Amino acid sequence: MSAVLLEDRLGTTWKKPPLISNPTLRWGLFIAAAVYLVLATASIDVNWSRVAEGLSRGWAFIASFFNPDFVSRGTDIRDGILESVIITVASTVVGILISIPIGLGAARNIAPLPVYLICRGIVALSRALNEIIVAILLVAIFGFGPLAGFLTLSFATIGFLAKLLAEDIEEMDKVQAEAIRATGSTWMQWINYGVQPQVMPRLIGLSMYRLDINFRESAVLGLVGAGGIGATLNTAFDRYEFDTAAAILLIIIVTVMVLEYLSGIIRAKVQ
Amino acid sequence: MLELKNLSKTYRTGDKALQNVTLTVPKGQVMALIGPSGAGKSTLIRCINRLVEPTSGSVILDGTDVTALGSGALRKMRRKMGMIFQQYALVERLTVMENVLSGRLGYVGFWRSYFRKYPQADVDEAFRLLDRVGLLAMADKRADELSGGQRQRVGIARALIQNPRLLLVDEPTASLDPKTSRQIMRLICELCAERDLAAVINIHDVALAQMFVERIVGLKAGELAFDGKPVEMTEDVLTNIYGEEDWHATIREVDDEDAEAEEPVA
Amino acid sequence: MPVSQNASGAKIWQLRNRNQTLARWAAYLAGVAVFMWCWQRISDATTWFFVWDAPRIAADIGGRAWPPRWSYMDKLWGPLWDTLNMATLGTLLALVMAVPVAFLAARNTTPSATFIRPIALFIIVATRSINSLIWALLLVAVIGPGVFAGLLAIAFRSIGFCAKLLYEAIEEIDPTQVEAITATGASRWQVMAYGIVPQIMPAFAGISVFRWDINIRESTVLGLVGAGGIGLQLQSSLNTLAWPQVTLILIVILAAVVIGEWVSAKVRGAII
Repeated sequence: MSAVLLEDRLGTTWKKPPLISNPTLRWGLFIAAAVYLVLATASIDVNWSRVAEGLSRGWAFIASFFNPDFVSRGTDIRDGILESVIITVASTVVGILISIPIGLGAARNIAPLPVYLICRGIVALSRALNEIIVAILLVAIFGFGPLAGFLTLSFATIGFLAKLLAEDIEEMDKVQAEAIRATGSTWMQWINYGVQPQVMPRLIGLSMYRLDINFRESAVLGLVGAGGIGATLNTAFDRYEFDTAAAILLIIIVTVMVLEYLSGIIRAKVQ
Repeated sequence: MLELKNLSKTYRTGDKALQNVTLTVPKGQVMALIGPSGAGKSTLIRCINRLVEPTSGSVILDGTDVTALGSGALRKMRRKMGMIFQQYALVERLTVMENVLSGRLGYVGFWRSYFRKYPQADVDEAFRLLDRVGLLAMADKRADELSGGQRQRVGIARALIQNPRLLLVDEPTASLDPKTSRQIMRLICELCAERDLAAVINIHDVALAQMFVERIVGLKAGELAFDGKPVEMTEDVLTNIYGEEDWHATIREVDDEDAEAEEPVA
Repeated sequence: MPVSQNASGAKIWQLRNRNQTLARWAAYLAGVAVFMWCWQRISDATTWFFVWDAPRIAADIGGRAWPPRWSYMDKLWGPLWDTLNMATLGTLLALVMAVPVAFLAARNTTPSATFIRPIALFIIVATRSINSLIWALLLVAVIGPGVFAGLLAIAFRSIGFCAKLLYEAIEEIDPTQVEAITATGASRWQVMAYGIVPQIMPAFAGISVFRWDINIRESTVLGLVGAGGIGLQLQSSLNTLAWPQVTLILIVILAAVVIGEWVSAKVRGAII
């Protein structure tokens, strides 16, 4: 069936064909990676004596996980967590509401080009700016407090949800949408009957996921004064109150676990 | 050579997949195992090399009780049993050659296999087998680039490079078109004859089984329901195994078979 | 039951019956009430005077922040290099730790589903529920400020993320390929190397690049809590209200993020 003869191959060694067939490129990439790694590692100066000194503190911190202190700063923790939850809920709701029209606009198969470009621009801007940087700017503009945190997370939610929603719409089954359009429906009816049922389960799943992310993010907003538990956590670390810090981290971890569990149930239900 | 004694398997769900199956396969015999879906054909084959642990009974290969072996000895025993799968079960992202050589895993150490440094004798044998199944030119192609029939041939080569005494073949043709199915069945039977291998072939295409094998065993709900030569396979027997249906066409097909000229597989 | 009869006996069709409709409205009402309450709390904690003043302040900051102080760029190359290193080495370190965790967490490869799997799952949840900034805060407190703390923060945060995606990929592999390798008489490690690893390689590569992209973003801000990188410059510029420098740093961060995303898209395209 081919020109390859058994006699030619017998007795020859066999090697796995390399991933990159061009040897120059292969070795070039390999050497470049090696050089980078050496340079990068060398440029990180680790103050080992400081690290060694810190190890005992690290152990103290790990130990405090088994003996967390929820009480001595109980009010701070309670207020902080409550504020984090409030920011999370409010920003997720507002973020979802705004990201639906933007997501529709950012899907090339249903939006006209100018709308598409504007919506994609908003998405790109929201995704490129780190939450913490947005929070810093908003705190500078609106003053300290949960409003800045709420606005930050709403804005971040838009970039996340609208992008994924748009991608989902772009990948939907065209035939179903066409069938609805063929009935003579209006644009809103078409979205409602032809598009919405296809993307709804994923939208709900993503919203739950975003709720989870927003809660985790809301825990750091306090570091820059945008409300939530972060301020308390920061103070705890500054004062080396590891037992209080451990308590806060445990609350965050447990909340995230509960949220994940809930979102698993909800996602299983809608799909 | 292969003896099954009172082999039973009950799954944790309570399904009795096999009940007291007793069977002997002599050296060099190619035996087909037929039966409806869920009759326990796959379970039977997997109990032989203990990919599925039998609940009770024993499997004896060349005088050794496979069911009594510890994990190290079981691995050594598995080398003697080549297995061919329905969905080919090639490691899709490895090359054809690596897939064939993976049949030698039971013989080489971990690091040797990890760095793909197989003994030259194994490499030569792999080339010979690939040549025999007609895929020598494909040695360095990735398995997912091959067609169904070609993949199954790689699967056959992988089973044979183990230098087995017995082939366990699970629905080799279920994913193939009719012509390729015949070629694959013919190849398996020829190779068994060349190497004097015994084989247990699960198959639900009864006509295809009758065409190639010397003995047919029927399973029904985990129990033996038929054991005989292909010619003894009558409509009554099929009705007993599969249930009421017009079997006439299925059996007749066997008679008109050999007219078709097929290209040689190798 | 969508089809029911009205008072005059004629059949009418409704998507939901009365109880379902009521339950739905109750759920909506509860949702709106919760949201309004949250908003109320946020509103109470806000000094609205500042908010009404916001446009003026924004304009003021904007006016002072432009043009960016381009000459400051000389001092940014070093921190930028540190940022890249924190992201890259942090990702590598995370992958080294994430791979064993993922194998211990996947149902089909874990040595013990009752003892070891829950521990692995806890490591995954714990590391990924804590934001990298908090990890940095913690590590700066423990081992002192600097790039090393940032690198470890990135690494720890990424363990859970990578291990989660990887163990999901492991659970989705085709079991017959593993079965086939087992049937050849291969040892446990050989089954791993031949049956499982090739199947998860594409997912592994994709996850690494994806996480690296995210880590580039995250490592730009770790300096805010003293963990090295360009965030340090951002922090000091903010503290001194040097807005033109802040603008320049933000532009540089934005450029780094865009380049990072572009590189990761290219690499992912090349792998898959």
